[in-house]
Amino acid sequence: MTGSVAEAQSADTFPKLLARNAKIRGSRPAMREKDFGIWQSWTWAEVQDEIRALACGLKSLGLNEGDKVVICGDNRPRLYWSMTAVQAAGGIPVPVYQDSVAEEMKFIYEHAEARFGIVEDQEQVDKVLEIMEGLPGLEHVIYDDTRGLRNYDQSFLHDFEAIQEMGRKYDADNPSYYVDAVASKSGSDVCIMLYTSGTTGRPKGVMLTNDNLIVTADNCTKLEGLTDQDSILAYLPMAWVGDNIFSFAQSYTTGYCVNCPESSETVLDDLREVGPSYFFAPPRIFENILTTATIRIEDAAKIKQRMFHYFMDVAKRVGMDILDGKPVSFGDRFLYWLGDILVFGPLKNVLGLSKIKLAYTGGVAIGPDIFVFYRSLGLNLKQLYGSTEASVFITIQRNGEVRPDTSGKAALGVELKIAENGEILFRGPGVFEAYYKNDEATRETKTDDGWVHTGDAGFLDEDDDLHIIDRAKDVGKLTGGAMFAPNFIENKLKFFPHIREAVTFGDGRDNVTAFINIDLESVGNWAERRNIAYSGYTDLASQPGVAELIQECVEKVNADLAEDPHLSASQIKRFLILHKELDADDGELTRTRKVRRNIIFERYGELIEALYSDKTNCEVEATVTFEDGRTGTIRADLQIHDAKTAEASHTMAAE
Amino acid sequence: MSQERRIGDVILNVENVSLSFGGVKALTNISFDVREGEIRAIIGPNGAGKSSMLNCINGFYKPTEGRITFKGESHAQMETHQAASQGIARTFQNIALFRGMTTLDNVMTGRNLKMKRNFLWQALYYGPAVKEELEHREAAERVIDFLEIESIRKTVVGRLPYGLQKRVELARALAAEPDMLLLDEPMAGMNHEEKEDMCRYILDVNEEFGTTIVLIEHDMSVVMDISDRVVVLDYGEKIADGEPDDVRANQRVIDAYLGVQHD
Repeated sequence: MTGSVAEAQSADTFPKLLARNAKIRGSRPAMREKDFGIWQSWTWAEVQDEIRALACGLKSLGLNEGDKVVICGDNRPRLYWSMTAVQAAGGIPVPVYQDSVAEEMKFIYEHAEARFGIVEDQEQVDKVLEIMEGLPGLEHVIYDDTRGLRNYDQSFLHDFEAIQEMGRKYDADNPSYYVDAVASKSGSDVCIMLYTSGTTGRPKGVMLTNDNLIVTADNCTKLEGLTDQDSILAYLPMAWVGDNIFSFAQSYTTGYCVNCPESSETVLDDLREVGPSYFFAPPRIFENILTTATIRIEDAAKIKQRMFHYFMDVAKRVGMDILDGKPVSFGDRFLYWLGDILVFGPLKNVLGLSKIKLAYTGGVAIGPDIFVFYRSLGLNLKQLYGSTEASVFITIQRNGEVRPDTSGKAALGVELKIAENGEILFRGPGVFEAYYKNDEATRETKTDDGWVHTGDAGFLDEDDDLHIIDRAKDVGKLTGGAMFAPNFIENKLKFFPHIREAVTFGDGRDNVTAFINIDLESVGNWAERRNIAYSGYTDLASQPGVAELIQECVEKVNADLAEDPHLSASQIKRFLILHKELDADDGELTRTRKVRRNIIFERYGELIEALYSDKTNCEVEATVTFEDGRTGTIRADLQIHDAKTAEASHTMAAE
Repeated sequence: MSQERRIGDVILNVENVSLSFGGVKALTNISFDVREGEIRAIIGPNGAGKSSMLNCINGFYKPTEGRITFKGESHAQMETHQAASQGIARTFQNIALFRGMTTLDNVMTGRNLKMKRNFLWQALYYGPAVKEELEHREAAERVIDFLEIESIRKTVVGRLPYGLQKRVELARALAAEPDMLLLDEPMAGMNHEEKEDMCRYILDVNEEFGTTIVLIEHDMSVVMDISDRVVVLDYGEKIADGEPDDVRANQRVIDAYLGVQHD
């Protein structure tokens, strides 16, 4: 770290950190974006100029102290700059998920009382225009990409560059404005508002202060030893708290470079080109990367396949120990070294992961096989547990103490405790200020002495590692009295590449049943290999061969559950494969792909009843929402399948 | 939208064009004009002579009678390469891309007419040839960016789904920076979403570059939504010409599309 401590301490807001970075590492790259096929880059000094111009532009457009500014779009440098510019001008940025439908967006604009919006392109402008009528408070909308917007002549629409131009004029006339405005803010001021997607009810606006983000970011940097030589790929939604830490706060506190992909479809290619040293991805991305690699290996020549499998076995045996610095025999070390040259190195290179120093995953449980696969390749993949209310980090796995089944120890400065009902509580520097305009929810979540209820059930083991069982409110009981933890079972199902999504039922029932969504890519590939023709998701899902395939997976999970004395009663008795993919646009999932159980209960009640009857099939109609907001229906006749359950291997001695 | 502003004078004038193949009359005495900056649609049932009309405009077919005037220059007979160098680019009904080449290479072929160095220079890739290549690559990248096909830049075209191939073809045509773009059924065989995307791109091209667009299309609703004026052909004859709403109400058009009872 280059910055002097005194300077770092006085830099208690992001605009101040920006000034510091521009001063001490002004010529180092702060941001890159692939545009027109070439990586364009901006140094910290250049970024400061851009931000200063925009901040002054916003001021001259009439932004007042405390005004909310909605920011919506893909990860584009200008949108990241907008966040700092809004903060510098005294406003509060409110990033919104770019794939939200107009109605969801309207709620946030309304609730946040946004006066300004800074959006990416025509698609987002169109969405705003659609909801504009019901939003008397919204006064100005600024867009980044002018494409297709030439004939939009509304006076409240502004080109990003035009606003910056205005700002430069304003700055020339009022040279002290920017400096004074930045100096007037301090660490305890709210610097961002993030709406949590919420598995129940309307989203809540979480207010985080400069201190929340900066201290949390700094603690992680210290723990992991990150420097301004690191780099990261910014590809996760800007509205998600994680992206605010990894691609924004930590970049400002540490000074590393943030790379923006060319488009959302090119992320994997861009990852390969950038070769970041710091990486966060939800388990789903690691699964996807592994699935693609596996498919390609299956298509490779026999000799390559044998080489791959041989060295992967070596890696599985000793790779994790080598990474954790445990003693490993010379022979195995040699084999691993050879494997690294022949297989692991090239594989990591193809995946764009060869420079990785630190990779995190979190959000939902990652399959142990997948986790072990990456770690045994020598990739330092670690799990963390976090939430928006904590500015991400609640627990982080420590180097050398990584196990697939835990979420690690409390992050620096964070305290953990488990309530009597099993709920996890935490307290720390990242704890949010309050929910915006929702004191009731704030009181429910945050106690007066700063403890926050996570709503997750879990326990601490003898090493103080946190294990998460499930959402506390989802944990139920079977009529036999045994515990039923739906997410836990669903995760086990989802660890199979063929299963994309699963919903289990069992609370207050005699036994457990499940809805399954197949993974179109993985099952599609399986079907192709067997020359099974299909026309689309619904058709593929109804193939008898696919049902057998899924049945195997379900029965493996059952065998697994039978091993666990607490959960052997939760084996899946009957299941069906849904005719449509659960989708956030239909409200069945949140934007972060968590299942909304109450909606599923409501919409598929008939199917659930069928699972608990003797029926072998059930006719359904489902409403689907297309991307443009129109709706249609899908009709199908679903087969219900019985799965074999295994004998419990332990007698439940304790109960 | 302020359409008056963007639509200029007549850029293409088709006068009394007829085309026959031996005894078969494909086109009979067709006249219409296209103004600068407008989106002009040619519609009609199967075999109405739409593609033949387009082929006449870009010089692929030579009209047996009549004249076609483009940018004030009148041609009774025109060669395809002359049409291209005058600023007419086109796409094809049944996709005519180089299937073994990548998207980027295909788009670069659209720049071919603009390249000054001969193939020896290009093969040596030295001095001015490098500079030229870079300029053209940039132009190609702009088109790729515009049509949002970055993710398939390096993908071999033959492996792409149909909808994307259509888009690559449009990209290649656009790379030539044409004054007039001829699109032969740009939306044929696409699903609803792909059609909407394609409409968006056509409108964007027209708006952003001011390119005049002549398109043939089957899908009436698409045509009516995006075009400024429509020509309707049936059995090689023009049966209507005008703004979408007028054409839609025209009895002869309705008859041609829905069929009419012959006594």
